[in-house]
Amino acid sequence: MRRFMEKDSLLELHGSTQEDAMIPLSQFREGERGVIVQVQGAGAFRKRLQEMGFIKGTEVFVEKYAPLRDPVELVVKGYHVSLRVEEAARVLMEKREQEAV
Amino acid sequence: MTRETITVALAGNPNSGKTTVFNHITGTRQHVGNWPGVTVEKKEGVIQHNGHRLRVVDLPGTYSLTAYSVEEIVARRFLVDEKPDVVVDIVDASNLERNLYLATQLIELGVKLILALNMADMAEARGHHIDADKLGALLGVPVVFTVGTRNQGIKDLLNKVVEVAEDRDTVSRHIHIAYGRELEREIKKVQDVIWQDPSIGRRYSTRWLAVKLLENDGAIKDWVRALEEIGSRILAQAETSRARLADIYRDDTEMVLTDQRYGFISGALKEVLRVSAESKFDLSRQVDLILTNRLMGIPIFIFFIWAMFQLTFTLGAYPVGWIDAGVGWIGGLAAKVLPAGLFRDLVVDGVIAGVGSIIIFLPNILLLFFCIALFEDTGYLARAAFIMDRVMHLIGLHGKSFIPLLMGFGCNAPAIMAARTLESERDRILTILINPLMSCSARLPVYILLAGTFFGASAGNVVFSIYGLGIALAIAMGKLFRVTLFRGESAPFVMELPPYRVPTLKSLLIHMWDRSAVFLRKMGGVILIGSMVVWFLGAFPRPTLPPSAGIPGRIQTGQLSADSPEAFAKGQRSGGEGEASEGQKLRLEQSYLGRLGHLVQPVFAPLGFDWQTSVAVLSGFVAKEIVVSTLGVLYAGGTNVTEENEALRRALRASGMTSLAAYALMAFVLTYVPCLATVGAIRRETNSWKWTAFSIGYSLTLAWVVAFVIYQGGRLLRLG
Repeated sequence: MRRFMEKDSLLELHGSTQEDAMIPLSQFREGERGVIVQVQGAGAFRKRLQEMGFIKGTEVFVEKYAPLRDPVELVVKGYHVSLRVEEAARVLMEKREQEAV
Repeated sequence: MTRETITVALAGNPNSGKTTVFNHITGTRQHVGNWPGVTVEKKEGVIQHNGHRLRVVDLPGTYSLTAYSVEEIVARRFLVDEKPDVVVDIVDASNLERNLYLATQLIELGVKLILALNMADMAEARGHHIDADKLGALLGVPVVFTVGTRNQGIKDLLNKVVEVAEDRDTVSRHIHIAYGRELEREIKKVQDVIWQDPSIGRRYSTRWLAVKLLENDGAIKDWVRALEEIGSRILAQAETSRARLADIYRDDTEMVLTDQRYGFISGALKEVLRVSAESKFDLSRQVDLILTNRLMGIPIFIFFIWAMFQLTFTLGAYPVGWIDAGVGWIGGLAAKVLPAGLFRDLVVDGVIAGVGSIIIFLPNILLLFFCIALFEDTGYLARAAFIMDRVMHLIGLHGKSFIPLLMGFGCNAPAIMAARTLESERDRILTILINPLMSCSARLPVYILLAGTFFGASAGNVVFSIYGLGIALAIAMGKLFRVTLFRGESAPFVMELPPYRVPTLKSLLIHMWDRSAVFLRKMGGVILIGSMVVWFLGAFPRPTLPPSAGIPGRIQTGQLSADSPEAFAKGQRSGGEGEASEGQKLRLEQSYLGRLGHLVQPVFAPLGFDWQTSVAVLSGFVAKEIVVSTLGVLYAGGTNVTEENEALRRALRASGMTSLAAYALMAFVLTYVPCLATVGAIRRETNSWKWTAFSIGYSLTLAWVVAFVIYQGGRLLRLG
């Protein structure tokens, strides 16, 4: 596991532009969309998310936040799913231009 | 020619309409039980189809077979160990991509698989056109279209099941999900070691074993480790391969494999799925924008819950009244017909009252489960959890815990059963354990009696504070259990929000009936035995005094209709005021129950309870309403006293009980085991005597501690 911590330093090699582009999903606002770059966290959590379709390169649309601002409803691979905000923070995204929904 | 039974397992994602398909296949011939050792519901049914006997087993709905959740472990164990003849994967056709993930795992397991593309109509409506033949050819799996809600395609599916079982299907062939060169090389290496022991290959697919080992699957590793010599060589190879792959992909191998499976799926979908201009108007989404709206979401949710409460407890009070009257009538009849004596007492006070105390809950339970089935089947339950998760997560619970906890204020027994909607066993058991702290309506009469007697004008506030105390204790206990018994990271809140659907009445009714029938069957035994034990303790040893009618240990059916205070009071009064009788009081004091009260009194003395109160608390183990009637007998000498009886209030005030002791008693009644029905529900729902005993033990301990702190603390502060 430790080994993959190096990933962050690897990314640094690609220069700051890419790092700037990585935004935690939790910082997305309603109606925004982006593409998954990386899912961080412990094995079980990452695996579960991956199985539910949170794969690198998958587009995610932020449908809405719950009335109390947590959790957040997302559209992934054509279905609706909710994640707690603290969990969404572990999904690193690359923002996409706004498109008509 | 006699044919053997074909075992068919239904697999599928949650919300894929699997249960509806299962209901259509088996109809009412289904048997509901539990999977061995866990609280996951197991449903199966045996049917005849064209002269074949099919045993259909409904596996728990899962997104995967990784064995992270209990459901996945159960489903996988069944597939691997019991080797069903055919597996049907029910797939939501309008959500193919994620649903096919499970299919890839089933293919890998090497089971005989059929893909049922369910809700095919919805997929078409959304503009998803699926080339089923091509999909079948690509996956090597026959594909059938079904519309579960309209019972379409079920016959075709069953025909296909028989064909596949008899190896007559032409599409079926075993394919490999290709993982790419590097992964395939390592899979082959692990497989080579496994092949050294040919007996393994006869039991499991070696490719599947190899893939699972590369995924670092705990259960499989344990199994392999048990193989001793060959096992350690297999594991060593798997470790080497994992390390090598990690170097190449710079990620955990299990992640890479998941990635590849989704890659395979999207490759297949490119060939078989054609999406015509997706219709712009998504009704479900529009509905959801209102129901989970930032401003409206919570008020609407509260309204639905209020409506559920009203339906369950207010509307339910009518049939409860009828059943109450019916049981009373039967009891009266039996009392007339049978000759006076021990046997009559047993039948009337033990059996009829005991059984009556169960079936009196039936209308509430049927209505409550109907509402919950409605929430579940329409898809609203997931939204309720979505809205409430923020609040519940503060206590370390899941959004879905909210409804069971709230229902506890009505009646804990069905509320505990409502905890079934929680997928994670941890969350479920935690919710069950703290549920009794939600003060049910049957406890209200005790509060009314004591608060009315000792607190006069501020009685309302005092009762309210008891409810608040219950909630505070639930929060504290929830946190405590979370950091002691249920340690570790809680499962991620990855919850699907399925599209809203109009449920079918048939499936609602089956849903409702399944759960209610289980309640009656399994809990009936516990309650019947329990109430007979209390009857026995109250009735023996036989007194030498002239016998008089009724004892407080007797469960007056009128008292058990306490689902609303009004109904309770009515039921009580309809019983008529019994004349005061010193004989009854003496008789109860001399009974085992009375002696037990004296015996345990020293334990309760630090809480400010006298022996009468101790007896009342003991008898309240069956049901909280009985506390009032027992106090009535012991203090006021009458059986049919209500919480508003003035004679009892005067007697209580005269007894030397202080307002502080009364408050401690209320707190005790709030906290300890609510009633036998709840114990039955806990036993049934946790499927474990250990948890049941724990629940009883912790609530008694907590009740004692809380009452002790209140009474002794209050005395220190000179409140009493």
